[in-house]
Amino acid sequence: MSKGRFGIHGGQYIPETLMNAVNDLEKEYEFYKNDEQFNKELTALYNEYAGRPSLLYYAEKMTKDLGGAKIYLKREDLNHTGSHKINNALGQALLAKKMGKTRLIAETGAGQHGVATATVAALLGMECEIFMGKTDTERQALNVYRMELLGAKVHPVTSGTQTLKDAVNETFREWVSRIDDTHYVIGSVMGPHPFPTMVRDFQAIISREIKAQIMEKEGRLPDAVLACVGGGSNAIGAFYHFIEDKSVRLIGCEAAGLGVDRPENAATMANGRVGIFHGMKSYFCQNEFGQIAPVYSISAGLDYPGIGPEHSALKDEGRAEYVAITDEEAVNAFEYLSRTEGIIPAIESSHAIAHALKLAPTMDKDQIMVINISGRGDKDVAAIARYRGVDIHD
Amino acid sequence: MTKIKEAFENKKAFIAYLSAGDPDLETTEKLIIEMEKNGVDLIEIGIPFSDPVAEGPVIQEADLRALKAGTTTEKIFDMVARVRTKVNIPLVFLTYCNSVFGYGTEKFMAKCEEIGIDGLIVPDVPYEEREELAPFCEKHNIDLIALVAPTSEDRVYKIAKASRGFLYIVSSLGVTGVREKIETDISGIIKAAKSVSDIPCAIGFGISTPEQARELCKTSDGIIIGSAIVRIIGQYGKDCVKPVTEYVRSIAESVHGI
Repeated sequence: MSKGRFGIHGGQYIPETLMNAVNDLEKEYEFYKNDEQFNKELTALYNEYAGRPSLLYYAEKMTKDLGGAKIYLKREDLNHTGSHKINNALGQALLAKKMGKTRLIAETGAGQHGVATATVAALLGMECEIFMGKTDTERQALNVYRMELLGAKVHPVTSGTQTLKDAVNETFREWVSRIDDTHYVIGSVMGPHPFPTMVRDFQAIISREIKAQIMEKEGRLPDAVLACVGGGSNAIGAFYHFIEDKSVRLIGCEAAGLGVDRPENAATMANGRVGIFHGMKSYFCQNEFGQIAPVYSISAGLDYPGIGPEHSALKDEGRAEYVAITDEEAVNAFEYLSRTEGIIPAIESSHAIAHALKLAPTMDKDQIMVINISGRGDKDVAAIARYRGVDIHD
Repeated sequence: MTKIKEAFENKKAFIAYLSAGDPDLETTEKLIIEMEKNGVDLIEIGIPFSDPVAEGPVIQEADLRALKAGTTTEKIFDMVARVRTKVNIPLVFLTYCNSVFGYGTEKFMAKCEEIGIDGLIVPDVPYEEREELAPFCEKHNIDLIALVAPTSEDRVYKIAKASRGFLYIVSSLGVTGVREKIETDISGIIKAAKSVSDIPCAIGFGISTPEQARELCKTSDGIIIGSAIVRIIGQYGKDCVKPVTEYVRSIAESVHGI
């Protein structure tokens, strides 16, 4: 079995042109991840620039309203740039800089990863180009302008379904064309080894903090940790340090779009089967001939036909559970958290909140649930208004 | 000696690519027959994939047209079974890993053997992941053709040793597509490959003119043309057989004239 495996999943299924680049990346990452100076610099960026550690907030009103488990929210939405994506972007960009790269490229779905990458590129004085499905540039127009404001060039991708998967295709094509000075900052725990491991390590700070914070507040581990999953980076970050604690239920909430039984969904775990795509073996939505399915979700960040290989292994082992949440449920949860706690969550994160609305009432009052609020919802306000039939003029 | 290696015996080989089912499978079948008649030595039949990450816009669009026209792996197998009785040159499939894996790797290779496919090129399966396909290919006598790239450096040796049929030399960085100039040190790559293996070396990516073909044949065992052919098919649709025939004849004359 080749490198970077999680059970049968993972690997390095990429064109030969990129092999030396990913091998170099692996070598450099293996060195720098244990390098004191690198870690010192990264921690300084996390704490002084990104605003870490992020809060673990006791959602008292929500807890009382639902009448079950005690609910804590991990506030990744309070990070600089508004989501967990900054954790990974800072890590990879710093590594790329150490490797002598001067140019960063990245795909983005909702735009959060693109914004995070553009931000870090501005900070570290690197060139930045972002690839984003044309459909996504339209539903997340504000983030496009935000990236441009930060000095990045945004390429609308017009191939295929014009969403996240096509943005990934196009960024790979760009990387194959220009490797010497360019690092591909993959935004999730996906792609060829070492990306799924490296991105997970950079995001694992989420569960490291949750663990310390909950021990301080409650003196014990939570009973369940919930996070939304597209590629799965905020979820793996929130799960990672709890994987060894078998008493903690790990629940990933994927996008069911208009319904898992309808063609318009992105529920990889519910509907996908094992495949090989975007550099990795993992679960993918696909047809009988292995053609990748055009997926759909109201959430541009979860609108992806695959999932990171470590999640696929966690599913196979039965260590994590995956549930599918519809657009309607997510929008309701978006509005619920806004009204109940005064926190407007990203539509992606709202998928995890939607499941919490179902699960918390079934749990005992002395049980604890943590929901990872992976991002803030400012970017989604216009889309939610449209969903509700409200015409907003900017 | 495999049928593919025979294509390189005593001559330079002209390898042509087309995306199966673009514009439809009847046209693909006609093109394969005419290509053989007009001097093509080996044909790469692309099984269109929804997300061909190593392809430039020309082949991406061809794959999309083929899929929209209802082309499936099963229908391509049927077409190849028919055309195999009419042509003798080696036929290989070019596709992406999930087309094989998603169909069922064992089932896919058994079917290839049954219908007379000689080889397989899978751009997203590098040396490290060869075992995903190689045991099944060997079992069913399918040559698993490996690719080397301008960035391969020392990897050329192990890849050349592992490759079967021929070695696909990617001429340039980036995706498939027509290029004015090829700047990679191809003769260096071929020298490295030949130092460890007697495998034929064919150059692909970016070639479109008879002059380029002739020039590159001086340093290699053959050349591969894809996007330039697919562009003509895209331009003429069902009426593409004649212009494609004329084009491949001009290339074949140039390649075989050496």
